[in-house]
Amino acid sequence: MKPVRKQRLAVVLFVLVGAGATAGLVMSAMQENINLFYEPAKVVNGEAPLGTVIRAGGMVVDGSVVHDDTGLGVRFTLTDYAGHDFDVVYNGILPSLFREGQGILVTGRLDDDRVFAAAEVLAKHDENYMPPELEGIAGHQSATE
Amino acid sequence: MGLVDWAKGAFHKTGSPRWFFLGSRRWMVGLYAAGIALIVVGSTIGLGFVPPERFQGDSFRILFVHVPAVHLAQAIYVAVAVAGLVYLVWRMKMADMVIEAAAPVGMAVTAAGLATGVVWGMPTWGTGWVWDARIISTLVLLLLFFGLLALRQAIPRPDRAAMAVSLLAVVGVVNLPIIKYSVEWFTTLHQPASLTLGERPTIAPVFLVPLALNALGYYCLAAGIVIAALRMKIIERESGTSWVADWLAGHEDRVGG
Repeated sequence: MKPVRKQRLAVVLFVLVGAGATAGLVMSAMQENINLFYEPAKVVNGEAPLGTVIRAGGMVVDGSVVHDDTGLGVRFTLTDYAGHDFDVVYNGILPSLFREGQGILVTGRLDDDRVFAAAEVLAKHDENYMPPELEGIAGHQSATE
Repeated sequence: MGLVDWAKGAFHKTGSPRWFFLGSRRWMVGLYAAGIALIVVGSTIGLGFVPPERFQGDSFRILFVHVPAVHLAQAIYVAVAVAGLVYLVWRMKMADMVIEAAAPVGMAVTAAGLATGVVWGMPTWGTGWVWDARIISTLVLLLLFFGLLALRQAIPRPDRAAMAVSLLAVVGVVNLPIIKYSVEWFTTLHQPASLTLGERPTIAPVFLVPLALNALGYYCLAAGIVIAALRMKIIERESGTSWVADWLAGHEDRVGG
């Protein structure tokens, strides 16, 4: 390689490393703002603010879903399977993927008792795709968790 | 040493617009044919023959369009960035033409990836769009492709425009790892990757077949389109040279001149 080209290459690589470092620093500084939702641990530990509209997420606890006798009201518990749970109340239509064990995002407010009053419920489906008949087969089950 | 010489030779030949133009027609036709055939077979299997997904039902079938599109979009950006580097270091005109030919294709494919994501999100997530890190970084990719086109239009002198566009192409490569790792570094609504190099795919094998066929088909078709666009750029930019005049003379009947 001719010296002039070597020099150009060095300059380009320098610019690239600089741009990468800048992007990395900006993202690590803004991590909290880029995160889309509060995980259950942050809701339980009080890191999530009370009374303002926030987004939180977790997995729906098995057996925690209680529907109202009349209307669309529903109450369920979200967990991270690591001992952090919080209750959600919601009045509206649930996404079709909503089920026990499903990852769910809720938008709304935490009240003083740390019950989450949701205005919107979104389903966060996972990266496992399989046909119905394969569900329950040991090799695929392990990939689910 | 033989291999190094061969690589150097190939590098310089590819850098010659004339050599590339006269030799690339067969490649273009072959890639078009392979791409269309693979996409037809892959999409038929994916949309018509594989079973529905256990939770998402039939709506997951858009995966066979969405995943190849977003992968291809990033691959095109890698190609554009490499071309940018080649232009900045070697000032090779062909590299600049590669950027000009590939950027619109990349923009279209990224837009298709985002659009299919919206369509997929509506029935599954319950929303078509959230401002999470994966979706924002993919939107940035779309804007980068758009920026490559706009920047060239904004600078009248072709050599200055080529420099600026190449620099933007190289710097924009920083966005690619952000897209890839956005779902691991941040909390997002978008699910993590199902296909990771060196790890077991989390997609059932029956779904992998049409996905692989479609992905390969998208790559072939995009390569064919980029070569076609590149051939047009070559004729346009080299229109004053004698070899273009010779070629046109030999094709007068076909061009209609």
